[in-house]
Amino acid sequence: MIRSKIKVLRSHGRQAIPDLCNVELTEEFRGRPVLSHGADAPLEAAARRCPTGALSALPFTLDLGRCMFCGECARIAPERIRFTNDYRLGSPTREGLVVGVGDTRIDFPRHAIRPELHPLFGRSLHLREVCAGGDGSVEMELNATGNVNFDFGRFGIGFTASPRHADGVVVSGAVTQQMSEPLAICYDAVPDPKLLVACGTEACSGGLFATSRAIDRTFFDTHTPDLWLPGAPTHPMTFIDGMMNLLGLKTRE
Amino acid sequence: MMNYYRTNNSAHAVRLNEIPTVSYAEFYADVAEKLRLERYHVAHYFALMEQQSRLRFYCLLLDDQTAEVLITSFTMDYYAENALPSLTALHPQMHPFEREISERYGVCFGKMPWTKPLRYPFDRVDRTQTIDNYPFYAMAGGSLHEVNVGPIHAGIIEPGAFRFICNGENVLHLEIALGYQHRGVEALIAATDNRLRQMLLAESVAGDSSVTHATAFAEAIEKLTHRVEQLDTERSVALELERIAMGIADTGALCMDVGYQLGQVACEALRTMTINTTQAWCGNRFGKGLIRPAGTDHPLTTEKAAMIRHNVAQIARRYAEVCDDVRNAPTLLARFEQCGIVPHEQMWQLGGVGQAARASGMTREVRSSHPWGIYAHEPHHTPITEQDGDVMARLAVRFAEVRASATWIERLLDNFTPVQRVLPNYNSSLAASSLAFGLVEGWRGETCQVVVTNHAGQIVALKIKDPSLHNWSALALAVRGEGISDFPICNKSFNLSYCGHDL
Repeated sequence: MIRSKIKVLRSHGRQAIPDLCNVELTEEFRGRPVLSHGADAPLEAAARRCPTGALSALPFTLDLGRCMFCGECARIAPERIRFTNDYRLGSPTREGLVVGVGDTRIDFPRHAIRPELHPLFGRSLHLREVCAGGDGSVEMELNATGNVNFDFGRFGIGFTASPRHADGVVVSGAVTQQMSEPLAICYDAVPDPKLLVACGTEACSGGLFATSRAIDRTFFDTHTPDLWLPGAPTHPMTFIDGMMNLLGLKTRE
Repeated sequence: MMNYYRTNNSAHAVRLNEIPTVSYAEFYADVAEKLRLERYHVAHYFALMEQQSRLRFYCLLLDDQTAEVLITSFTMDYYAENALPSLTALHPQMHPFEREISERYGVCFGKMPWTKPLRYPFDRVDRTQTIDNYPFYAMAGGSLHEVNVGPIHAGIIEPGAFRFICNGENVLHLEIALGYQHRGVEALIAATDNRLRQMLLAESVAGDSSVTHATAFAEAIEKLTHRVEQLDTERSVALELERIAMGIADTGALCMDVGYQLGQVACEALRTMTINTTQAWCGNRFGKGLIRPAGTDHPLTTEKAAMIRHNVAQIARRYAEVCDDVRNAPTLLARFEQCGIVPHEQMWQLGGVGQAARASGMTREVRSSHPWGIYAHEPHHTPITEQDGDVMARLAVRFAEVRASATWIERLLDNFTPVQRVLPNYNSSLAASSLAFGLVEGWRGETCQVVVTNHAGQIVALKIKDPSLHNWSALALAVRGEGISDFPICNKSFNLSYCGHDL
């Protein structure tokens, strides 16, 4: 009996990523895009094909809050758009997610962060996750942030079962009509001061479902997230990097 | 002998006027007769509005013995008020389909034993019914109490409302109200002509089954255009990688719920390795972007094939050690065995599919009974079954399926030579006035997407069926008589999709 456990342990070895601040993802990963000048015709074709209208040819911008990271625009207009494997996509503002020509990073300006967040939550933060109409992939990636590989718990950051025990809410999904009220109730149940994170392209803008009649995003009319995290789904490293920047454990200005 | 259009899972699309239109009486009598046999079950049954306020009902019946798909239809005036005799009254497996049709169009099914709404879609006929006043079953009695869970759950999972009626610790009844995840996927696909957008929507039906649903949609589209056989191997590798990843994830989740940390963390690491393999292939851990109609943007190169083969071999070896460990731990077996039993008879009556059905002794498996693509070639996949129908049986099916998928991938990638690259085609015109279905055995079970086109070759309807649609009621039955504290492991042993159900 013990022998089978020793076997599992020996094969398992050590799995935790030693330094979460220095992680490189595979070249294939589609992260932050780089936009450049060039011919207009392929760009217009790419904008027409874009499934969520994230790409605009004039002015030339790519809104990561709406981007599904399918990479099709980069295949139609390769000299104008290129996806890098940079997963540092989180922004404290919605406008910050709009990438323009020549941008080499998503800014995380310190003045856009509420100053009370770091002293309050920098050493321990517990979040309540609300899935409000996602496809389940963002939720699985959020679960993965706490797993044996990413082990985000090493910074005292994790998820809790009750909103009463939470310091903030992470929303995933486009927010369906049926979930709009439960989401608001859950957010209200979290004691002040609290933070709000929109995780995933669907949470940021509705994504593919922005025009659906089954969606009700009025929650975001009255509540502004402190952190916007694009992705379909958001990679665990995007979440970890975004949270660390928000809490001042890391800087990217 | 009733009139059916007989086809199979690798044939071309069907023209709508080739599908026979029968009377409801004939349909009712013949389907009622066929469903008495386990070899038949309904893959999809839905209604679409035709011109002149007529509803046309389509039914896809699978014959597991002959590999045939039988398609038939009947029509009905939208404003007719007569009730159609309910098939659910004879065969409970029909309940999700009849409930969906009632909820969407107000069609009444006479003597329907369970008339509750299915998912409260935004285009339901009765807007006064809302999910907040779902008519939960209630029982009176001084010794009983109710436990309400959801819609938001304790873990990071999707929303759904669970109502337990308990006598002390024992569950007498569980009812599951779904619809919180309803995003209107089907309507959005019919509302656009942008094939890429349609593809992405189909891929987002259920995130844990991205490859499954994307394959079902792409296969359906290719039946309406032309099939591209070069892609068969790559699609199969992707599908089996997804099956491996989820089989391992579920093993880890079950270990977590009984507090067995070694099994949990070992599986977490192995799942990470599996989905990172998918990511190294296509840039997304869930395989999004990999399956596209008529081509691929991420061809399987010799290097990538070698990488996948290497990783899968290591994953299979290490996972086998975890399986061995779980099977040798009496503390785990004490929780998993004889818990959450769904007997074969009940599973069959409910129309169960996938690994849950196979754990109850059913051989239902689309890869074997209705093969498509590479699965239609030798050697055929043999369904993996267990007889006990308990949590351990569902886990044991996963043990064996992960191993079988790893062997399958190894065989496919042995002496792999890359095929000539074909690019996706988003502009091809679809066969007009036709019906095509994508029928795929995903890790969770039988997944069916039916595409219907109009005279101009535009998609007028996409009807999606995730295996969860059948299996949610099996979960409700599994916990009957169990202690409420066993609910988490029963739930994890099914691991059903909320968004796949709610669409």
